[in-house]
Amino acid sequence: MQDIRPDKSINIKGLVCPYTFVKSKLAIEEMAVGEVLEILLDYPEATRSIPKSMEDHGHRVLKVEKINDTDWIILVRKERE
Amino acid sequence: MDFTDEQIHRYSRHIILPEVGGKGQKKILNAKVLLVGAGGLGCPVGYYLAAAGVGTIGIVDSDTIELSNLQRQIAHNTERIGMNKAESAKLTFEALNTDVKVIPIKERLNKDNIMDIISQYDIVVDGSDNFPTRYLVNDACVLQGKPLVSGAILRFEGQVTTIIPKEGHCYRCLFEEPPPPGLVPSCQEAGVLGALPGVVGALQAMEVLKLILEQGEPLKNTLLIYNALQTEFRRVKIPRNPDCPVCGDNPTITELQDYEADYCQMRF
Ligand SMILES: [Zn+2]
Repeated sequence: MQDIRPDKSINIKGLVCPYTFVKSKLAIEEMAVGEVLEILLDYPEATRSIPKSMEDHGHRVLKVEKINDTDWIILVRKERE
Repeated sequence: MDFTDEQIHRYSRHIILPEVGGKGQKKILNAKVLLVGAGGLGCPVGYYLAAAGVGTIGIVDSDTIELSNLQRQIAHNTERIGMNKAESAKLTFEALNTDVKVIPIKERLNKDNIMDIISQYDIVVDGSDNFPTRYLVNDACVLQGKPLVSGAILRFEGQVTTIIPKEGHCYRCLFEEPPPPGLVPSCQEAGVLGALPGVVGALQAMEVLKLILEQGEPLKNTLLIYNALQTEFRRVKIPRNPDCPVCGDNPTITELQDYEADYCQMRF
């Protein structure tokens, strides 16, 4: 897990739902199947809702990690168009 | 094209739908839809399509707003009595959504202008109030292979159907010829409760958006009938008629004819 290299990173700190997911979804739509998106965020609610919505859309959540007092990183692999 | 922050907010409830997403929203923004009529049906259809972000909306209407229209034609208002309906709809829809360009066409459709007009759009919506126009629009759309979302209302009943030429039925598969003027309801009989065109128009707008998004099943080969008093929806199967004079296997209508007849001029 430590050596997953994201193909694209977005910083959505400061955004709240549903824009956290809207931005993440728009980013992953632009990527190719198999690529990994890294999402940096600080809205706690979205650390649960983004992984759930990404899985509902058929993608694979690889990691949800708190990296400091305020921020999280989510890694999602695009599984389908 | 990337979305602006404003667009991300405006369309966020579309974008989060798996069936739409950013890609679907871009299809909506790039779509060109022609509304025939800015009356009872055209107003709600146009309202929802403008809100959804349909980038180009053409509106054909040569009529001016009358006080008696305002009980159901929700894109217009009291101050605009006397204004052309297509112009009024343009003001309303462009104020709702700055992404939308409305092209008012202040003409009556006829066999000489319709082909040119509809050729510039992806989908046609019929909200017209008379049979000659209904048949003219049907025949022109079949001849050009243009999808047509048709709606009709009378008193407490509404009808919606989606015509995909050659794939499904057309209006003439159902009724080969317009009814003779004597069988059409007279002015005194042609009342309508104002919310009815809202229901039917919203269904038409939904059909248009499904076609743009290529999602779900369009109402092809199907007539949806809404009975408002009973709150009942009925689906009637309408198979394509191989002997249909315009979309059949050996069509007899291969160019547009004259459609005018002496109907009551009551406007829906
Ligand atoms: Zn037909």
